[in-house]
Amino acid sequence: MAKRVLAVLAVAAVAAAGASVPAGAEEQWPAPGYQSVQPQPGNPLPELVSGYWFRTVEVRALQDDDFENPGFLWVERGAELWNTKAGEAGKSCADCHGAAEESMKGVGASYPKWNAELGKPVNLEMRINLCRERNQKAEPWKWESDELLAMTTYVKYQSRGMPMKIDISGPMQEWWERGKEAYYKRRGQLGMSCAHCHETYWGHKLRADTLSQGHINGFPTYRLKWQKIGSLHRRFRGCEEDIRANSSPYGDDEYLALEVYLSWRGEGLPIETPSVRQ
Amino acid sequence: MATESRPRVRVPKTAARGEIVEVKALISHEMESGQRKDSQGNIIPRKIINRFEARYNGELVFAMDLHPAISANPYIAFKLKVDEPGELEFKWVDDDGSVYTDKAKIDVKG
Repeated sequence: MAKRVLAVLAVAAVAAAGASVPAGAEEQWPAPGYQSVQPQPGNPLPELVSGYWFRTVEVRALQDDDFENPGFLWVERGAELWNTKAGEAGKSCADCHGAAEESMKGVGASYPKWNAELGKPVNLEMRINLCRERNQKAEPWKWESDELLAMTTYVKYQSRGMPMKIDISGPMQEWWERGKEAYYKRRGQLGMSCAHCHETYWGHKLRADTLSQGHINGFPTYRLKWQKIGSLHRRFRGCEEDIRANSSPYGDDEYLALEVYLSWRGEGLPIETPSVRQ
Repeated sequence: MATESRPRVRVPKTAARGEIVEVKALISHEMESGQRKDSQGNIIPRKIINRFEARYNGELVFAMDLHPAISANPYIAFKLKVDEPGELEFKWVDDDGSVYTDKAKIDVKG
């Protein structure tokens, strides 16, 4: 008799536990209360949804709290570097640009930008290294080094909440076309393009993961899998490896073109740097 | 970040007497597990934070041992009952013997 009572209690306990599973545990799309942005004319997506809304409640909570968000370790490091004198010129970023909160507001949201001197677009990482070489007379930082990641994150963070918007007029048009071509190009042993996952099947499950629309408004992003912050080009390389394609080096022209195209594709989405993704 | 460890703590500045407050502590650290190999096949030596301690006015109020499965940049949160104003001292102990510390004051109202 006593045993039966215990068994009944155990069932009751399981039922109670089932009822209290947090909403995010199922990780379903659409996420309740998700927000979206109307796309530009010509954009194939019906609505623009940040990758944030495809993540679990727990991951979103981590991003929302500026203390718990580990990406802020890089924001803080970036703030230190901003005020550190470097190179032969012995100048810090702050010596020319003043307070980043003022001078860099909105800057990160408008890159990549056309650079007439180089005759190609530059993204934020490249722009920072150009400044180091030309104005500080310092060695450029290596791609994916902690310093370059920290500075990129810090500058981009100054645009947090502001809509992404880049200028694709003039010579940028050609790079936009090139990026679009790269987006729809089948690649690797699996013969997949970006569009297969991020345009056709966003919101669907890929194993345990929910496919996002592949927007870039959260980069550099703290990825739990990486256990650190990483650049957009690192994500591109990871995506290519996932579909068994040969990845390109950081800063490659095709990645740059793709960055131009994706910035247009997600135009209007708020910058979330430093975002947290799984 | 790989090069240096920096702690961050968040503690309420004031609390009512007897109030239970939440204390949050985060430190940047690579937490190298000792189970990975480099491109030459050599084992990358273990380097983790192995101990965390928090003292309130010198008295140990929270401590934990950390092990290799804990991810990089460990984030620790715990509850603390505040009976008197004082200072929280945090201590992280690294495998290489380094000790990282931080402090935060709590004032008691009423």
